[in-house]
Amino acid sequence: MNDNVTTLLNFLPQLWEGVQTTIILTVAGSIGAVLIAIILGLSMTSPSAWLRVPARIIVEFFRGTSLLVQLFWLFFVLPLFGFDLDPMACGIGALALNYGAYCAEVVRSSIKTVAPGQWEAAIALSLSPTRRMIRVIFPQAWALMIPSIATLLIQLLKGTAVVSFITLSDLTDKTTQLRQSTGDTMFAFSVSLIIYFALAWLLQELMNFLERRAASALGRRRPNSRTDRREARRLARADAVRRDRLASHAAANEGANHSTGADPTKNPFPGQGGGL
Amino acid sequence: MPPTENTPTTASASSSPAIEFTDVEKSFGPTTVLKNLNFTVAPGERVTLIGPSGSGKTTILRLVMTLEELTDGYIFVDGQPLTFENRGGKRVELPKKRTREMTTRIGMVFQQFNLFPNMTVLENIIEAPVHVLGKSKAEASKEAKELLERVGLADKADAHPTRLSGGQQQRVAIARALAMSPEILLLDEVTSALDPELVGDVLGVLRDIAETTDITMLLVTHEMQFARDVSHRVMMFDGGQVLEEGPPDQIFNNPQHERTRSFLSSVL
Repeated sequence: MNDNVTTLLNFLPQLWEGVQTTIILTVAGSIGAVLIAIILGLSMTSPSAWLRVPARIIVEFFRGTSLLVQLFWLFFVLPLFGFDLDPMACGIGALALNYGAYCAEVVRSSIKTVAPGQWEAAIALSLSPTRRMIRVIFPQAWALMIPSIATLLIQLLKGTAVVSFITLSDLTDKTTQLRQSTGDTMFAFSVSLIIYFALAWLLQELMNFLERRAASALGRRRPNSRTDRREARRLARADAVRRDRLASHAAANEGANHSTGADPTKNPFPGQGGGL
Repeated sequence: MPPTENTPTTASASSSPAIEFTDVEKSFGPTTVLKNLNFTVAPGERVTLIGPSGSGKTTILRLVMTLEELTDGYIFVDGQPLTFENRGGKRVELPKKRTREMTTRIGMVFQQFNLFPNMTVLENIIEAPVHVLGKSKAEASKEAKELLERVGLADKADAHPTRLSGGQQQRVAIARALAMSPEILLLDEVTSALDPELVGDVLGVLRDIAETTDITMLLVTHEMQFARDVSHRVMMFDGGQVLEEGPPDQIFNNPQHERTRSFLSSVL
């Protein structure tokens, strides 16, 4: 075990390089995926068949074929047509196209989910279709799509592992090297698991932040947010104080006025968190 | 339009009606909601549409606001075609941009308010004046604040719509529609989604608008007292047809049709 730790410490700079490759692929791939998703998703909601149909075909194609095959195609087949892309560009491109297609469907369905009344109010104000989308519909759809996009982007992070097949040395590739130099399979892959998990956790935190911001822009809060929990605790405290006061009142009135004496054991304000 | 003692004073100022329906037909799939509908609304006139649910009242407002597509016929606003025009005997759809220019003259207030939740109250109001009418932000904000003052919500300019009560939201929606200085205001059951104690504020604002402006109003409402007070004319719809129409006193006190009588006795 000590040997493993020593090897790991010596290996850290290399591992860090791998982590950097994974982060670059994830960040660039995510940005690309979201941009592609917005373009394709908006096209799929267009009233014009000239936009809708091609967008739908592209989405179905990239959703329906494997990420690995798309990656190989970009890396091995495109050069046959004279387009030589470096491995990093191939990796980012394949991730962006593949996950972009999935996210496009999320974008499309979120836009369709925005209340019809919002579209109607925008029409009633004679806003142009572009203005209507940018100012009214998309900001509301954005809040709806973030949770699903967050899940897909975490999958993208994990999907970056396939790039080691096209000569890129990412976290998974470095893990394999670590395993060879330590000879301890469990140790190497456990280290890798923890790092992937940490990256996914960071990504999720970022998406949670975006979700909170989008929700508060709509004047809403995420359910069970910190503010909600604080509010519930405040209500529970106020409730306890009220119950105490009622109990002492009841005790003071004991015998004097039976008809107004409140039952101290009963929560006088049901539904206000008396049980918290 | 038959002249009555409370005919709007501006009616004679313009030769073309504010709204004109010509042979309008509207179907949703196999269901025909409106058939061969013809009517006009004079500039400055306040017309209330009443009738049982499903009689096509709301559809008429939605057709004027271009929220529904005409199945057949024509609608004219200020004498100009709104969505379709007759070009040498052929019914031709107008370019969307042209229709949108026409709709800047029309404002609508909805049952469900439909304020934009991603904007503050002020942003809701100035969005269209700035980006459709091309007003400066400062000018639009100044006008918006005057309108908020008028609807009694001057202190809510920077609030989020979701933080307001239903009655407050509806008053903001009215201010938002008025900010476009519409010639025609469509009111689609604007108090139906409100708690009873909030209805009065909204109706008060609308009464004020009816008394102090000459905006043409077409309204669908279940508030019969309000309809009686502000309307020049009441149209009773049934099965997509105008069953009878006339001044509110006549329709409410002395309806000619049995159908109107039974409808009124069910809502009054």
